[in-house]
Amino acid sequence: MNIIEAKNLVHEYIREDEEGNVEERLVALDHMDLHVKPGQFISVLGHNGSGKSTFAKHLNALLEPTSGSLWVNGMDVTKEENILPVRQSAGMVFQNPDNQIIASVVQEDVGFGPENIGVPTEEIWQRVEKSLKSVGMWEYREHSPNKLSGGQKQRVAIAGVMAMEPKCIVLDEPTAMLDPDGRKEVLAAVHQLNKEKGVTIILITHYMDEVVDSDYVYVMDQGKVVMDGTPRDIFSRVEELKEHRLDVPQITLLAYELKNAGLDLPDGVLTREELVSELCRLRDSNPNGSEVKDNKE
Amino acid sequence: MLRDITIGQYYPADSIIHKLDPRVKLFGTVIFIISLFVFDGLPGFLLITAFMAFFIRLSKVPFSFMVRGLKAVVMLVLIASVFNLFLSPGEELVSFWKLTITDTGLKNAIFMTIRMVYLILGTSVMTLTTTPNELTDGLEKALGPLTKIHVPVHEIAMMMSIALRFVPILIEETDKIMKAQMARGADFESGNLLKKAKNMVPLLVPLFVSAFRRANDLALAMEARCYNGGEGRTKMKPLVYAKRDGVAYVVLMGYLVLLVAVNSLL
Amino acid sequence: MSLVLKDITYRYSQETAYEKTALDHVNLEIHDGEFIGIIGHTGSGKSTLVQHLNGLLKATEGVMEYNGENIYQEKYDLKSLRTQVGMVFQYPEHQLFEATVMEDVCFGPKNQGLTKEEQLERAKEALKSVGLKEKYYEQSPFELSGGQKRRAAIAGVLAMKPSVLILDEPTAGLDPKGRDEILDLIKGMHEKMGITVILVSHSMEDVAEYVDRIIVMDNGSVLYDDVPREVFRHYEKLEEIGLAAPQVTYLMQDLKTAGFEVDCNATTIEEAKAEILKLC
Repeated sequence: MNIIEAKNLVHEYIREDEEGNVEERLVALDHMDLHVKPGQFISVLGHNGSGKSTFAKHLNALLEPTSGSLWVNGMDVTKEENILPVRQSAGMVFQNPDNQIIASVVQEDVGFGPENIGVPTEEIWQRVEKSLKSVGMWEYREHSPNKLSGGQKQRVAIAGVMAMEPKCIVLDEPTAMLDPDGRKEVLAAVHQLNKEKGVTIILITHYMDEVVDSDYVYVMDQGKVVMDGTPRDIFSRVEELKEHRLDVPQITLLAYELKNAGLDLPDGVLTREELVSELCRLRDSNPNGSEVKDNKE
Repeated sequence: MLRDITIGQYYPADSIIHKLDPRVKLFGTVIFIISLFVFDGLPGFLLITAFMAFFIRLSKVPFSFMVRGLKAVVMLVLIASVFNLFLSPGEELVSFWKLTITDTGLKNAIFMTIRMVYLILGTSVMTLTTTPNELTDGLEKALGPLTKIHVPVHEIAMMMSIALRFVPILIEETDKIMKAQMARGADFESGNLLKKAKNMVPLLVPLFVSAFRRANDLALAMEARCYNGGEGRTKMKPLVYAKRDGVAYVVLMGYLVLLVAVNSLL
Repeated sequence: MSLVLKDITYRYSQETAYEKTALDHVNLEIHDGEFIGIIGHTGSGKSTLVQHLNGLLKATEGVMEYNGENIYQEKYDLKSLRTQVGMVFQYPEHQLFEATVMEDVCFGPKNQGLTKEEQLERAKEALKSVGLKEKYYEQSPFELSGGQKRRAAIAGVLAMKPSVLILDEPTAGLDPKGRDEILDLIKGMHEKMGITVILVSHSMEDVAEYVDRIIVMDNGSVLYDDVPREVFRHYEKLEEIGLAAPQVTYLMQDLKTAGFEVDCNATTIEEAKAEILKLC
């Protein structure tokens, strides 16, 4: 069974004038299909305004579909009685680290979710400890969030979601406001949760290099899923990505350019190691070629 | 300047006062404030001083740290004393120019100064030993009965604790916006009051916009974490009275009785 | 020579328990017409440094000169310095406040004491150079999209006609396309208007392609100050202080280790491509 199942999902933002007449209709999600299996690491890519954040908010029942269906963990999100259970099973981490931490002490913030869903006091403390340890923030439990770095704040936010023991975590551009160190920290924490705790991850981002390690990638533009496939698959379609206002990691782009220049390279080279070994292969398959110089020979 | 205000700051230490239930500390502070306005004369004053000194000692907060909190209100205390000194009717002691100091004036000024200084010191014993969260929890619980007459006690407490979390963030933001506008040639210092107020617009508008944006984000984040009002919520740190809290209540009542006795007997 | 920093030291919260040295004897010369990238980790002092360049922060020790004049001397006109050394802060769209985009952009020129006509003229010119369409001029700045807001905010600084423009993380929070657009815009301004541009960033890849000089800040001091290829040569040290050279630099190193005879100086995709194609 899929943990997330979106079929023909449509969301329209409707602007009304004072008399309640429709002034403007903005289609943010346009018949979107997407599904996620438990334990997967999924990325949703798209430029700002492509509808990816609107989609994220549906997964958490913060927005209601205009039409179409969305099932999260076997629950129909449009049913009123499912709203809280859906929010509990699909936790959400937002972009701005400051605007999602509620309490003035780290551990109390992590306890906020469990408090809301009525977890007994003793168990709250156990969950807080477990979640803070799972993102490596246990030593900071007594700190004020104001004194933490951006990456640390995002890890606290992730712990706050983990404490509700969700099946999956939706991260809506969690690294957009962080520096390179913070980005690395957050991504490492998310990957670890996915591998060690088996939490399903839905990472929404516009940084291409962050999706390299995911199981499956969806690319959104104008509210539609315009591409989907494995990272390698997606990255081999450089021109298409550019059309959707995205760019590819430097290495992939370089490999693509080299291929266009006539080198016999495969599509969608993702890492440096790959490119080096491919170039070595080219050299070795053609050892007598006068163009290939090798200083070991 | 802002850093001088110790009211609302928390001083971490391991003392019996820190461990007391926030409700006891709230009650104690109320008793203390009442006692400040009940006393009249030297014996009462001595009793209050002894009481306060005892609790400051117990709290393990350095006295010098507390005194720092007074710096911010020195002007206020001075103005109040001067008013009392010159404007109280009574028997004339000294008189120069248009000002007269009377015996009651002198007495009032002295007592007023003591009252205000003690008020600040006494309240800071509570604020310095109680985290803002404990304080709001205490308020929420102490005012709990008011929910019956439809006072949104939980919501008020939640608002207070969120405000406490965002004050430092907004102060930082103010600084940033101020610098950004100064880089565009804005001037926040010169000019008369009206001009100054007008010059604040480029600072206040972005600040409000930002505060609203943050409030909006925060509301979403709270909802996403299943926040649904106070109903059905459990507490990570439920307030439970310990034996020491009972003892503290007895001490406080004893103090009140003693003070009334001293005041009426002497 | 336009900006000279001599032994600039800056301490936060001096004489309190929180005292922290944010800048430690920084010496720099910034010449007219340069395009500079200042790179550093969060807390390296890069933002503190640039706030000295237009006198928003005053050094605890040291001297700063603009066009040969000490800006810390008495009666120095800091307000006029700030119009000549324009500063675009991080997330500049957060400083928009007027009812219309046009009025907001006029705020700087108005503070310079220009007449209404001059203000409008300056504003129009600035809005044009950031590529904001005319139909937005009379709209509320709060109704623009994220990228447009940022352009409007940059125009607000440009309208003062600064001869030096400092931008603190101008691409933060933008998507790849938006990032490229803003960087191209800045490059255009540097080339067409001859403005000295100082770009503060923590992304080496963004900066490598554009600037001709990189200043690496670490722990309040200048660690490297050179052309990009020379700076990236120290990629191991850069890594140590939480920065990374562009991926291409690493690739060239890897290729060399794998036995290819490559010149490791390539810092952009174009250079790397040329270098690799030479081999094959």
